[in-house]
Amino acid sequence: MTGPAIAPAYAGVDELRRVARELLESGEVRVIIGWEDARRGARPVFITDPAEADKLIFDTRCVHNLVTYLDPRRDHVSELGRIGLVVKGCDAKAVAGLLRESQLSRDHVVLIGMRCGGVLEEGELPEPLALTPENVAPRCYGCDNREPTLTDHLLGEPQPEPPRPVMTIDERVAALDDLPLEERWAFWTEQFSKCVRCYACRQVCPLCICERCIVEKTQPLWIESAAHPRGNFSWNLTRAIHLAGRCVDCGECERFCPVGIPLSLLNRKLQQIVHERYGYTASDDPENAAPIGDYRLDDQQEFIK
Amino acid sequence: MNSQHSDTFEPRITAFVCNWCTYTGADLAGTSRLHMASNVRIIRLPCTGRIDPLFIVKAFERGADGVIVSGCHPADCHYTSGNYHARRRFAVFHDIMQFLGVDPRRMTFSWVSASEGAKWKDVVNETVANIRELGPYEAYRALAPDAVEPWPEAVDGLTPAGDQEPAAKEVAS
Repeated sequence: MTGPAIAPAYAGVDELRRVARELLESGEVRVIIGWEDARRGARPVFITDPAEADKLIFDTRCVHNLVTYLDPRRDHVSELGRIGLVVKGCDAKAVAGLLRESQLSRDHVVLIGMRCGGVLEEGELPEPLALTPENVAPRCYGCDNREPTLTDHLLGEPQPEPPRPVMTIDERVAALDDLPLEERWAFWTEQFSKCVRCYACRQVCPLCICERCIVEKTQPLWIESAAHPRGNFSWNLTRAIHLAGRCVDCGECERFCPVGIPLSLLNRKLQQIVHERYGYTASDDPENAAPIGDYRLDDQQEFIK
Repeated sequence: MNSQHSDTFEPRITAFVCNWCTYTGADLAGTSRLHMASNVRIIRLPCTGRIDPLFIVKAFERGADGVIVSGCHPADCHYTSGNYHARRRFAVFHDIMQFLGVDPRRMTFSWVSASEGAKWKDVVNETVANIRELGPYEAYRALAPDAVEPWPEAVDGLTPAGDQEPAAKEVAS
């Protein structure tokens, strides 16, 4: 056998195409946002013509979190009309995040949830590959939402758990935690020094919803906008803490980063912190209050004198 | 650690305090003539809930060696819940800064009420002692070695250096 194994599409693609066609034909939605197969692999597609519903695919290359199109910053998308959105479990958590923060009206979107067995780290491949420890997106390991609940249509068959990656995100975070303080500082400042301040991490994030980002405020200039290590530290720290207790671990920021800063380690650490301190785990239940912006009278305060 | 700094190094410490408790407490420490280190510059804000973690980052950028954040005890907030929100925000900030390699001793968080002038003195003295031990925050300044803006130097005269220089205004007028 040569080359990696080609994986079939996940179950439910036929249903997905049928549901999409019916939604468009009935006028229930004006556009379906899903994935299609293109020259360079899977990519997002907007479908408005019922006849084109057969373009839709769902396989291990469908890495993109399409919820970023529901972000209120992109009101030109919501102006298209009612949206039918194809979501994986992690994407559904991002929808819940928008609903929780009153950034989206539930009536405006029809959610087509797909039962997911994990995706690849990179979706730009001509054929879907079977998941292996080498190619699986590390965040998929241990996913608690392979069957989304925040849906209007739930399609596909229950899928087996994705394989364990060569090194899990938790193991990488723990390895960093074990380093002495100075080495952690050296690691992160080195990583952040690569940042070119393209803000792709912010643009792709479905929950970075500010109309005007703090980094673009210049009077006063809170975060230096030049791409040098000091401003980069401030920016990457701020981006991360603004997502504390909100990040759904869809991995898009790291996948989009053109210089390969391991943002998922930072995001995962914040998830661990809010879990340990406040017992919070991101879910696709919009009623589950996010930890920052909420409080309890008996919150831990061992760090306060 | 870094004990070579202890003799000559004067730590620069920025304190972000709430108007209703810690600022009044620090005032009480002053009117009570309590002796304490003079390395702390206080920035008064309405509430700990008004203190954005970016303030701390900015203080380090401008050359602070340490930061104090202090406000009303739980249940004492003038705005009912500002300190509870701040407590969560700074818990997360405290932990993630450690993950990024910032020594947690560079940041002191405390509750100091309006009647706790003596506690404020202790918080200040402990923080100054800690920072003296750690030495100047060279690691942060090394991020932009040429860009650190001058810090008001006149600790003993109690007048920040920036306030002594009205010359530029006179030229303008």
